[in-house]
Amino acid sequence: MESKVLMKGNEAIGEGAIRAGCQAYFGYPITPQTELLEYMSHWMIELGRVFVQAESEIAAINMCYGAAAAGARVMTSSSSPGISLKQEGISYMAGAELPCVIVNVVRGGPGLGNIAPAQGDYFQATKGGGHGDYRLLVLAPASVQEAMDLTSLAFDLADKYRNPVMLLADGLIGQVMEPVHLHDWTPQFVAKPWALTGAAGREKNVIKSIYLQPEKMEPHVQHLQRKYAQMRSDEVRYAEMMVADADIVLVAYGTASRVCQTALKLARSEGLRVGLFRPISLFPFPIQQISDLAKSAKMFLVAELSSGQMVEDVRLAAAGKVPVHLVSRLGGMQLTPEEVLVAIKELGGNEGGAN
Amino acid sequence: MKVERTEIESRQSWREEIVYQRPKALSTTRTHYCPGCTHGIIHRLIAEVIDELGIMEQTIGVFPVGCAVFGYDYFNFDASEAAHGRAPAVATGIKRIYPDKMVFTYQGDGDLAAIGTTEIVHAAARGENITTIFVNNAIYGMTGGQMAPTTLPGQRTTSTWQGRDVAIAGHPVKVSEMLATQDGAVYIARTAVNSPANVNRAKGAIKKAFKVQQAKLGFALVEVLSACPVGWGLAPKEALVWITEHMIPSYPLGEFKATDEVKAIVG
Repeated sequence: MESKVLMKGNEAIGEGAIRAGCQAYFGYPITPQTELLEYMSHWMIELGRVFVQAESEIAAINMCYGAAAAGARVMTSSSSPGISLKQEGISYMAGAELPCVIVNVVRGGPGLGNIAPAQGDYFQATKGGGHGDYRLLVLAPASVQEAMDLTSLAFDLADKYRNPVMLLADGLIGQVMEPVHLHDWTPQFVAKPWALTGAAGREKNVIKSIYLQPEKMEPHVQHLQRKYAQMRSDEVRYAEMMVADADIVLVAYGTASRVCQTALKLARSEGLRVGLFRPISLFPFPIQQISDLAKSAKMFLVAELSSGQMVEDVRLAAAGKVPVHLVSRLGGMQLTPEEVLVAIKELGGNEGGAN
Repeated sequence: MKVERTEIESRQSWREEIVYQRPKALSTTRTHYCPGCTHGIIHRLIAEVIDELGIMEQTIGVFPVGCAVFGYDYFNFDASEAAHGRAPAVATGIKRIYPDKMVFTYQGDGDLAAIGTTEIVHAAARGENITTIFVNNAIYGMTGGQMAPTTLPGQRTTSTWQGRDVAIAGHPVKVSEMLATQDGAVYIARTAVNSPANVNRAKGAIKKAFKVQQAKLGFALVEVLSACPVGWGLAPKEALVWITEHMIPSYPLGEFKATDEVKAIVG
């Protein structure tokens, strides 16, 4: 049965996890994701599932490692500085091919930074983050509804690829309250014959990421790369608004994309041909779609709450066919639709992007 | 050759009872341990205990970063690698999913008493129902003999060339004494494998620690003073004497904690 309730983003992420059959949650308090920890502390125990408030983010991700090794659906969550601490464990999980959902409710940085919404962790999330040659599948919600839906999806994808999946939200998505449809998710459970369950009636299983001989490590890393290639082919997700006739295509994800939606309406009301392209999967990045848009649009304007990180991927995808510009605020400051509109006009939006 | 074999077979014919053989839980993989290293003895004790308790198919081991990093190759049960020092957190994750499986960590002194101090203290404080075998050889063996948190004052290592100066490098960490103060820890014992008698006592402590977990009493840890002849620059026999003369006076053997429940159930 579906019903609509008012929820905070952090709570919706927790609910999405519970509905996806999350069996164990391990976390540590940090603003602005703490409500997620609190939500799980109540409901996981209520439902007879595993909840542990760990002694650190490092311990939490390693508890995930253990529970995932035992075959369970597991999740941890944190915010930027805490996600930095988890990188060791994330790298080990990618290497050992353990499914896990990791939520990053991003705040301003670097360092302790602040607790305002930001997007400065894009590189960390999409380019590996920890040491070694690996990727995470990264999903970026732009609403509370999407935060819940993508969290549930993340569990299925983690199992499907035996790989950690990151939900890259931000302080606004985590804190804002919006109405959400509580979906009835049917988890796509997969068999896990590799899991540690006690070697009864079978050969022993070993979960590890060490391959001391380079001759054995290379095929292992090549196997990982084949999974990432499969993700690039099958898991690209995005949304578009009015791109068909657009001279200027805004490119933004998460909270920045919501600002751009309003900017787009303002621009259209002034007769400017502006569209919006919103990557939902940040890895795999929608390279082909942006490459295609580069044939019809005159330029891209990337809007980010960082000094410009995703803009590099947009430039790679545009491959020099059209200019790629950036409008951004830093350090937890928010973009306004008016600021984006000014940028559109400065780029020649008034003249149909002829500049 | 043929004659010799016949002689051996004829002698075996009256000796029907097998008194010593490889435990089932121990694999046939040749270990990478240095000559005189006592990791092999400790591995064997664990395997014997697992055989005797009949729990090989219910056991999940968690192995460290350090000399025992390939520990999972040497046993015949499910096992996981853990990042350096994180074995108690990994074991917590496994145990919470499978409360009825036998979950243990095998950790050295660098892994447990330096980089992993947080994880072991909090696993003990939570009363996590896991067993930890803590191998203390007072040195970083895998990386070639640097100072460990358990290195003795005055002990020479490759990072304390003049001997550990406590004014510069601080004091040894007394793990068993420290963890015995935690309410969640129900059984804490320090043993050594420097003599046949002590090897037997170590096995008894390991067995007790596994039984504590079977009875779901809480956190149990057995510290084992272990020889590292190569790291110490001693012959294997001298290394065993060094345990007696130097380690045991600093790290006294015995039970540091055994709650009434532990005493009652294990006996």
